[in-house]
Amino acid sequence: MASPKPRVKVPKKASQGEVITIKTLISHPMESGQRKDKKSGELIPRQIINKFTCEFNGQVVFSCDMDPAVSANPYVEFSAKVNEPGTFKFTWVDDDGSVYETEKKIAVE
Amino acid sequence: MAKTESKLATLLAVAVVSASTAALAGGPADDKLVIDDEIEIKTRVAAPEGHPLDELISGWHYRTDETRALEADSFQNPGMLYVERGEEIWNTVDGAAGKSCASCHEDSESFLKGLGASYPKWDADAERPINIELQINKCREENMEAKPYKFDAADQKALTTYIKHQSLGMPVEVDLTQGDMESWWDKGEELYYTRTGQLNLSCATCHEDYNGNYIRADHLSQGNVNGFPTYRLKQSAMVSLHNRFRGCIRDTRAAFPPAFSDDLMALEVYVTWRGSGLGVETPAVRQ
Repeated sequence: MASPKPRVKVPKKASQGEVITIKTLISHPMESGQRKDKKSGELIPRQIINKFTCEFNGQVVFSCDMDPAVSANPYVEFSAKVNEPGTFKFTWVDDDGSVYETEKKIAVE
Repeated sequence: MAKTESKLATLLAVAVVSASTAALAGGPADDKLVIDDEIEIKTRVAAPEGHPLDELISGWHYRTDETRALEADSFQNPGMLYVERGEEIWNTVDGAAGKSCASCHEDSESFLKGLGASYPKWDADAERPINIELQINKCREENMEAKPYKFDAADQKALTTYIKHQSLGMPVEVDLTQGDMESWWDKGEELYYTRTGQLNLSCATCHEDYNGNYIRADHLSQGNVNGFPTYRLKQSAMVSLHNRFRGCIRDTRAAFPPAFSDDLMALEVYVTWRGSGLGVETPAVRQ
Protein backbone atom coordinates (compact mmCIF):
# COMPACT_ATOMS: atom_id res chain seq x y z
CA MET A 1 0.00 0.00 0.00
CA ALA A 2 0.92 3.59 -0.47
CA SER A 3 1.85 5.72 2.56
CA PRO A 4 -0.39 5.25 5.60
CA LYS A 5 -3.66 7.13 5.31
CA PRO A 6 -5.73 7.91 8.38
CA ARG A 7 -9.53 7.78 8.39
CA VAL A 8 -11.58 9.28 11.18
CA LYS A 9 -15.29 9.38 11.88
CA VAL A 10 -16.53 12.11 14.23
CA PRO A 11 -20.09 13.47 14.33
CA LYS A 12 -20.33 16.97 12.79
CA LYS A 13 -22.22 18.31 15.77
CA ALA A 14 -23.20 17.32 19.28
CA SER A 15 -25.22 18.79 22.12
CA GLN A 16 -23.31 20.23 25.04
CA GLY A 17 -22.02 17.56 27.43
CA GLU A 18 -22.87 14.76 24.99
CA VAL A 19 -20.71 11.64 24.94
CA ILE A 20 -19.85 10.87 21.34
CA THR A 21 -18.27 7.83 19.70
CA ILE A 22 -15.14 8.38 17.67
CA LYS A 23 -13.88 5.79 15.20
CA THR A 24 -10.40 5.80 13.70
CA LEU A 25 -8.64 3.59 11.19
CA ILE A 26 -5.24 3.92 9.57
CA SER A 27 -3.76 1.87 6.75
CA HIS A 28 -0.49 0.40 7.99
CA PRO A 29 1.17 -3.02 7.56
CA MET A 30 2.11 -3.24 11.30
CA GLU A 31 5.13 -5.40 10.49
CA SER A 32 5.74 -7.28 13.74
CA GLY A 33 9.48 -7.91 13.39
CA GLN A 34 8.86 -11.65 13.88
CA ARG A 35 8.38 -12.60 10.24
CA LYS A 36 11.07 -13.75 7.86
CA ASP A 37 11.45 -12.79 4.24
CA LYS A 38 10.41 -15.89 2.30
CA LYS A 39 13.20 -15.58 -0.26
CA SER A 40 16.20 -14.45 1.79
CA GLY A 41 15.25 -15.96 5.15
CA GLU A 42 16.19 -12.69 6.87
CA LEU A 43 14.00 -11.16 9.57
CA ILE A 44 11.82 -8.33 8.28
CA PRO A 45 12.53 -5.40 10.58
CA ARG A 46 9.74 -4.30 12.88
CA GLN A 47 7.74 -1.33 11.74
CA ILE A 48 4.55 -0.56 13.58
CA ILE A 49 2.57 2.39 14.77
CA ASN A 50 3.56 2.51 18.43
CA LYS A 51 1.43 5.36 19.73
CA PHE A 52 -1.94 6.89 19.03
CA THR A 53 -3.21 10.11 20.59
CA CYS A 54 -6.38 12.14 20.31
CA GLU A 55 -6.47 15.73 21.57
CA PHE A 56 -9.45 18.04 21.85
CA ASN A 57 -8.56 21.74 21.79
CA GLY A 58 -5.04 20.87 22.90
CA GLN A 59 -6.05 18.56 25.73
CA VAL A 60 -5.43 14.82 25.49
CA VAL A 61 -8.71 12.90 25.63
CA PHE A 62 -7.44 9.48 24.59
CA SER A 63 -4.07 7.90 24.00
CA CYS A 64 -2.67 4.41 23.78
CA ASP A 65 0.55 2.56 23.06
CA MET A 66 0.50 -0.22 20.50
CA ASP A 67 2.60 -3.35 20.43
CA PRO A 68 3.63 -5.77 17.68
CA ALA A 69 0.65 -8.07 18.24
CA VAL A 70 -1.76 -5.42 16.92
CA SER A 71 -2.85 -6.44 13.44
CA ALA A 72 -2.52 -4.48 10.21
CA ASN A 73 -4.67 -1.40 9.63
CA PRO A 74 -5.34 -0.73 13.34
CA TYR A 75 -8.87 0.34 14.22
CA VAL A 76 -9.42 2.30 17.43
CA GLU A 77 -12.83 3.30 18.76
CA PHE A 78 -13.40 5.35 21.90
CA SER A 79 -15.81 7.89 23.35
CA ALA A 80 -15.32 11.50 24.40
CA LYS A 81 -17.45 14.07 26.17
CA VAL A 82 -17.95 17.31 24.25
CA ASN A 83 -18.47 20.42 26.39
CA GLU A 84 -17.56 23.05 23.80
CA PRO A 85 -17.07 23.39 20.05
CA GLY A 86 -13.58 22.70 18.87
CA THR A 87 -11.19 20.47 16.99
CA PHE A 88 -10.16 16.90 17.54
CA LYS A 89 -6.57 16.27 16.53
CA PHE A 90 -5.47 12.70 15.90
CA THR A 91 -1.83 11.61 15.85
CA TRP A 92 -0.25 8.27 14.97
CA VAL A 93 3.47 7.76 15.61
CA ASP A 94 5.39 5.30 13.44
CA ASP A 95 8.51 3.33 14.50
CA ASP A 96 10.47 5.11 11.76
CA GLY A 97 9.65 8.48 13.35
CA SER A 98 6.95 9.47 10.85
CA VAL A 99 3.91 11.14 12.34
CA TYR A 100 0.52 10.91 10.63
CA GLU A 101 -2.03 13.51 11.60
CA THR A 102 -5.57 14.51 10.84
CA GLU A 103 -8.13 16.86 12.36
CA LYS A 104 -11.91 17.03 12.66
CA LYS A 105 -14.05 19.94 13.79
CA ILE A 106 -17.17 19.55 15.87
CA ALA A 107 -19.93 22.10 16.51
CA VAL A 108 -21.96 22.29 19.69
CA GLU A 109 -25.59 23.28 19.55
CA MET B 1 -40.49 -38.74 42.50
CA ALA B 2 -36.87 -39.77 42.14
CA LYS B 3 -37.77 -41.46 38.87
CA THR B 4 -39.42 -38.31 37.51
CA GLU B 5 -36.37 -36.29 38.43
CA SER B 6 -33.99 -38.62 36.66
CA LYS B 7 -36.26 -38.65 33.62
CA LEU B 8 -36.22 -34.86 33.63
CA ALA B 9 -32.45 -34.88 33.94
CA THR B 10 -32.18 -37.22 30.96
CA LEU B 11 -34.49 -34.99 28.95
CA LEU B 12 -32.40 -31.96 29.83
CA ALA B 13 -29.22 -33.76 28.93
CA VAL B 14 -30.69 -34.68 25.55
CA ALA B 15 -31.69 -31.07 25.01
CA VAL B 16 -28.21 -29.82 25.88
CA VAL B 17 -26.51 -32.37 23.63
CA SER B 18 -28.71 -31.59 20.64
CA ALA B 19 -28.21 -27.85 21.14
CA SER B 20 -24.44 -28.19 21.18
CA THR B 21 -24.49 -30.50 18.15
CA ALA B 22 -26.39 -27.85 16.25
CA ALA B 23 -23.78 -25.26 17.19
CA LEU B 24 -20.95 -27.58 16.16
CA ALA B 25 -22.54 -28.60 12.90
CA GLY B 26 -22.61 -24.91 12.07
CA GLY B 27 -24.64 -24.09 9.04
CA PRO B 28 -25.17 -20.55 7.85
CA ALA B 29 -25.85 -17.89 10.49
CA ASP B 30 -29.41 -16.57 10.55
CA ASP B 31 -28.65 -12.91 9.98
CA LYS B 32 -29.12 -10.07 7.52
CA LEU B 33 -26.34 -8.08 5.90
CA VAL B 34 -27.21 -4.40 5.87
CA ILE B 35 -24.22 -2.15 5.23
CA ASP B 36 -24.22 1.06 7.31
CA ASP B 37 -27.92 0.41 8.10
CA GLU B 38 -28.64 1.50 4.52
CA ILE B 39 -27.79 -0.98 1.80
CA GLU B 40 -29.30 -4.42 2.20
CA ILE B 41 -27.29 -7.07 0.39
CA LYS B 42 -28.94 -10.18 -1.00
CA THR B 43 -27.00 -12.91 0.74
CA ARG B 44 -29.55 -15.71 0.29
CA VAL B 45 -31.30 -16.28 -3.01
CA ALA B 46 -33.11 -19.09 -4.79
CA ALA B 47 -30.84 -21.01 -7.15
CA PRO B 48 -31.24 -20.51 -10.92
CA GLU B 49 -32.59 -23.33 -13.04
CA GLY B 50 -30.28 -26.30 -13.40
CA HIS B 51 -28.29 -25.43 -10.27
CA PRO B 52 -27.29 -28.37 -8.05
CA LEU B 53 -28.19 -26.45 -4.86
CA ASP B 54 -31.63 -25.21 -3.78
CA GLU B 55 -30.51 -22.00 -2.15
CA LEU B 56 -27.44 -19.88 -2.75
CA ILE B 57 -25.87 -18.48 0.39
CA SER B 58 -23.09 -15.94 0.62
CA GLY B 59 -19.92 -16.86 2.52
CA TRP B 60 -20.76 -13.98 4.87
CA HIS B 61 -23.26 -16.24 6.67
CA TYR B 62 -20.53 -18.75 7.51
CA ARG B 63 -18.27 -16.32 9.34
CA THR B 64 -18.23 -15.38 13.04
CA ASP B 65 -20.39 -12.61 14.53
CA GLU B 66 -17.36 -10.31 14.76
CA THR B 67 -16.28 -10.82 11.15
CA ARG B 68 -19.83 -10.29 9.90
CA ALA B 69 -20.06 -7.04 11.88
CA LEU B 70 -16.82 -5.78 10.30
CA GLU B 71 -18.31 -6.08 6.85
CA ALA B 72 -21.58 -4.42 7.85
CA ASP B 73 -19.83 -1.16 8.83
CA SER B 74 -18.08 0.46 5.88
CA PHE B 75 -15.91 2.48 8.22
CA GLN B 76 -14.58 -0.53 10.11
CA ASN B 77 -14.21 -2.64 6.96
CA PRO B 78 -10.45 -2.52 6.22
CA GLY B 79 -11.20 -3.33 2.58
CA MET B 80 -12.56 0.18 2.16
CA LEU B 81 -8.98 1.50 2.41
CA TYR B 82 -8.28 -0.32 -0.85
CA VAL B 83 -11.45 1.07 -2.43
CA GLU B 84 -10.13 4.57 -1.69
CA ARG B 85 -6.71 3.69 -3.09
CA GLY B 86 -8.42 2.24 -6.19
CA GLU B 87 -10.29 5.48 -6.76
CA GLU B 88 -6.98 7.37 -6.72
CA ILE B 89 -5.56 5.00 -9.34
CA TRP B 90 -8.70 5.38 -11.46
CA ASN B 91 -8.04 9.13 -11.66
CA THR B 92 -4.25 8.98 -12.01
CA VAL B 93 -2.59 9.37 -15.41
CA ASP B 94 -0.21 6.54 -16.31
CA GLY B 95 1.54 5.38 -19.49
CA ALA B 96 2.81 6.96 -22.70
CA ALA B 97 -0.65 8.03 -23.89
CA GLY B 98 -1.04 10.35 -20.90
CA LYS B 99 -4.40 8.94 -19.90
CA SER B 100 -6.07 7.72 -16.74
CA CYS B 101 -9.08 5.38 -16.58
CA ALA B 102 -11.22 8.48 -16.02
CA SER B 103 -9.92 10.15 -19.23
CA CYS B 104 -11.89 7.70 -21.38
CA HIS B 105 -14.65 6.72 -18.95
CA GLU B 106 -15.66 10.29 -18.20
CA ASP B 107 -18.98 9.60 -16.51
CA SER B 108 -17.34 7.14 -14.15
CA GLU B 109 -20.27 6.76 -11.82
CA SER B 110 -22.81 5.55 -14.36
CA PHE B 111 -20.18 3.66 -16.34
CA LEU B 112 -19.08 1.64 -13.33
CA LYS B 113 -22.48 1.01 -11.80
CA GLY B 114 -23.25 -2.66 -12.35
CA LEU B 115 -20.12 -3.26 -14.43
CA GLY B 116 -18.37 -5.35 -11.79
CA ALA B 117 -21.44 -7.55 -11.35
CA SER B 118 -21.33 -8.63 -15.02
CA TYR B 119 -17.81 -10.05 -15.26
CA PRO B 120 -16.34 -12.40 -16.48
CA LYS B 121 -17.33 -11.36 -20.00
CA TRP B 122 -16.54 -12.69 -23.45
CA ASP B 123 -13.63 -10.91 -25.11
CA ALA B 124 -14.02 -11.19 -28.87
CA ASP B 125 -10.41 -10.11 -29.55
CA ALA B 126 -8.83 -12.68 -27.28
CA GLU B 127 -11.57 -15.24 -28.02
CA ARG B 128 -11.81 -16.16 -24.36
CA PRO B 129 -13.59 -14.84 -21.27
CA ILE B 130 -11.84 -12.07 -19.36
CA ASN B 131 -12.30 -10.81 -15.83
CA ILE B 132 -11.88 -7.30 -14.43
CA GLU B 133 -8.14 -7.73 -13.87
CA LEU B 134 -7.60 -8.68 -17.52
CA GLN B 135 -9.92 -5.92 -18.72
CA ILE B 136 -7.82 -3.40 -16.77
CA ASN B 137 -4.64 -4.75 -18.34
CA LYS B 138 -6.20 -4.64 -21.80
CA CYS B 139 -7.10 -0.96 -21.29
CA ARG B 140 -3.65 -0.20 -19.93
CA GLU B 141 -1.90 -1.76 -22.92
CA GLU B 142 -4.20 -0.66 -25.72
CA ASN B 143 -5.44 2.73 -24.59
CA MET B 144 -3.03 4.03 -21.96
CA GLU B 145 0.13 2.52 -23.46
CA ALA B 146 1.12 1.53 -19.94
CA LYS B 147 2.58 -1.72 -18.68
CA PRO B 148 0.00 -4.33 -17.68
CA TYR B 149 -0.14 -5.11 -13.97
CA LYS B 150 1.55 -8.27 -12.80
CA PHE B 151 -0.76 -10.77 -11.11
CA ASP B 152 -1.73 -9.57 -7.63
CA ALA B 153 0.20 -6.29 -7.85
CA ALA B 154 -1.08 -4.04 -5.05
CA ASP B 155 -2.50 -1.56 -7.57
CA GLN B 156 -4.25 -4.30 -9.54
CA LYS B 157 -6.05 -5.49 -6.42
CA ALA B 158 -6.97 -1.97 -5.30
CA LEU B 159 -8.33 -0.94 -8.71
CA THR B 160 -10.29 -4.18 -9.11
CA THR B 161 -11.71 -3.71 -5.62
CA TYR B 162 -12.75 -0.14 -6.44
CA ILE B 163 -14.43 -1.16 -9.71
CA LYS B 164 -16.35 -4.05 -8.16
CA HIS B 165 -17.37 -1.97 -5.15
CA GLN B 166 -19.27 0.39 -7.50
CA SER B 167 -21.75 -2.48 -7.99
CA LEU B 168 -22.25 -3.02 -4.25
CA GLY B 169 -25.52 -4.87 -3.65
CA MET B 170 -26.25 -5.46 -7.34
CA PRO B 171 -26.93 -9.07 -8.33
CA VAL B 172 -24.14 -11.12 -9.89
CA GLU B 173 -25.08 -11.94 -13.45
CA VAL B 174 -22.91 -13.69 -16.03
CA ASP B 175 -24.08 -13.52 -19.63
CA LEU B 176 -23.49 -17.02 -20.98
CA THR B 177 -24.96 -16.20 -24.40
CA GLN B 178 -21.91 -14.18 -25.47
CA GLY B 179 -19.35 -15.84 -27.74
CA ASP B 180 -18.30 -19.27 -26.62
CA MET B 181 -19.10 -18.74 -22.93
CA GLU B 182 -21.17 -21.93 -22.76
CA SER B 183 -18.23 -24.19 -23.57
CA TRP B 184 -16.07 -22.38 -21.00
CA TRP B 185 -18.88 -22.92 -18.49
CA ASP B 186 -18.81 -26.64 -19.39
CA LYS B 187 -15.07 -26.76 -18.90
CA GLY B 188 -15.40 -24.95 -15.57
CA GLU B 189 -18.06 -27.38 -14.41
CA GLU B 190 -15.84 -30.33 -15.27
CA LEU B 191 -12.97 -28.82 -13.28
CA TYR B 192 -15.30 -28.09 -10.36
CA TYR B 193 -16.21 -31.76 -10.02
CA THR B 194 -12.75 -33.21 -10.76
CA ARG B 195 -10.91 -34.52 -7.73
CA THR B 196 -7.29 -33.39 -7.56
CA GLY B 197 -4.26 -33.56 -5.33
CA GLN B 198 -2.98 -36.00 -2.75
CA LEU B 199 -6.08 -35.34 -0.66
CA ASN B 200 -8.27 -36.22 -3.65
CA LEU B 201 -10.70 -33.35 -3.22
CA SER B 202 -12.76 -31.51 -5.79
CA CYS B 203 -14.28 -28.06 -5.30
CA ALA B 204 -17.63 -29.82 -4.91
CA THR B 205 -16.42 -32.05 -2.07
CA CYS B 206 -16.13 -29.11 0.31
CA HIS B 207 -18.39 -26.48 -1.17
CA GLU B 208 -21.32 -28.59 -2.41
CA ASP B 209 -21.36 -31.79 -0.35
CA TYR B 210 -20.07 -30.47 2.97
CA ASN B 211 -20.79 -26.75 3.12
CA GLY B 212 -21.95 -25.71 6.56
CA ASN B 213 -19.64 -28.28 8.17
CA TYR B 214 -16.22 -27.75 9.64
CA ILE B 215 -12.99 -28.87 8.02
CA ARG B 216 -10.76 -28.70 11.06
CA ALA B 217 -11.34 -25.14 12.35
CA ASP B 218 -12.62 -23.77 9.06
CA HIS B 219 -16.32 -23.36 8.47
CA LEU B 220 -16.99 -24.42 4.90
CA SER B 221 -19.13 -22.11 2.79
CA GLN B 222 -20.67 -22.69 -0.61
CA GLY B 223 -17.63 -21.03 -2.14
CA ASN B 224 -19.50 -18.18 -3.78
CA VAL B 225 -17.38 -15.38 -5.22
CA ASN B 226 -19.69 -12.36 -4.94
CA GLY B 227 -17.39 -10.71 -2.37
CA PHE B 228 -14.09 -10.84 -4.27
CA PRO B 229 -11.58 -9.28 -4.05
CA THR B 230 -12.05 -10.05 -0.37
CA TYR B 231 -10.33 -8.66 2.70
CA ARG B 232 -9.01 -11.73 4.50
CA LEU B 233 -8.09 -11.22 8.14
CA LYS B 234 -5.51 -14.01 7.88
CA GLN B 235 -3.49 -12.08 5.29
CA SER B 236 -4.53 -8.61 6.55
CA ALA B 237 -4.87 -7.72 2.87
CA MET B 238 -7.08 -8.01 -0.18
CA VAL B 239 -7.14 -11.46 -1.74
CA SER B 240 -8.00 -11.82 -5.42
CA LEU B 241 -10.22 -14.60 -6.75
CA HIS B 242 -7.43 -16.37 -8.63
CA ASN B 243 -5.22 -16.20 -5.55
CA ARG B 244 -8.01 -17.93 -3.60
CA PHE B 245 -8.52 -20.53 -6.34
CA ARG B 246 -4.82 -21.31 -6.23
CA GLY B 247 -4.89 -21.45 -2.43
CA CYS B 248 -7.74 -23.98 -2.45
CA ILE B 249 -6.04 -26.14 -5.08
CA ARG B 250 -2.75 -25.98 -3.16
CA ASP B 251 -4.61 -27.12 -0.03
CA THR B 252 -5.71 -30.28 -1.85
CA ARG B 253 -1.96 -30.82 -2.34
CA ALA B 254 -2.15 -30.51 -6.10
CA ALA B 255 -0.02 -28.43 -8.46
CA PHE B 256 -1.96 -25.25 -9.16
CA PRO B 257 -2.43 -23.60 -12.57
CA PRO B 258 -1.17 -20.05 -13.24
CA ALA B 259 -3.50 -17.12 -12.56
CA PHE B 260 -5.69 -16.15 -15.53
CA SER B 261 -4.85 -19.46 -17.25
CA ASP B 262 -7.59 -21.14 -19.30
CA ASP B 263 -8.33 -23.51 -16.42
CA LEU B 264 -8.83 -20.79 -13.83
CA MET B 265 -10.79 -18.54 -16.22
CA ALA B 266 -13.15 -21.44 -16.96
CA LEU B 267 -13.49 -22.04 -13.23
CA GLU B 268 -14.22 -18.34 -12.69
CA VAL B 269 -16.99 -18.40 -15.30
CA TYR B 270 -18.58 -21.47 -13.72
CA VAL B 271 -18.16 -20.49 -10.05
CA THR B 272 -19.43 -16.95 -10.69
CA TRP B 273 -22.52 -18.46 -12.34
CA ARG B 274 -23.02 -20.66 -9.28
CA GLY B 275 -23.55 -17.46 -7.27
CA SER B 276 -25.96 -15.83 -9.76
CA GLY B 277 -28.30 -13.38 -8.06
CA LEU B 278 -26.26 -12.86 -4.90
CA GLY B 279 -25.46 -9.21 -4.24
CA VAL B 280 -21.91 -7.97 -4.86
CA GLU B 281 -20.23 -7.55 -1.45
CA THR B 282 -16.79 -6.31 -2.52
CA PRO B 283 -14.85 -5.70 -0.35
CA ALA B 284 -16.21 -8.61 1.68
CA VAL B 285 -14.49 -9.47 4.98
CA ARG B 286 -13.62 -13.07 5.63
CA GLN B 287 -11.60 -15.11 8.14
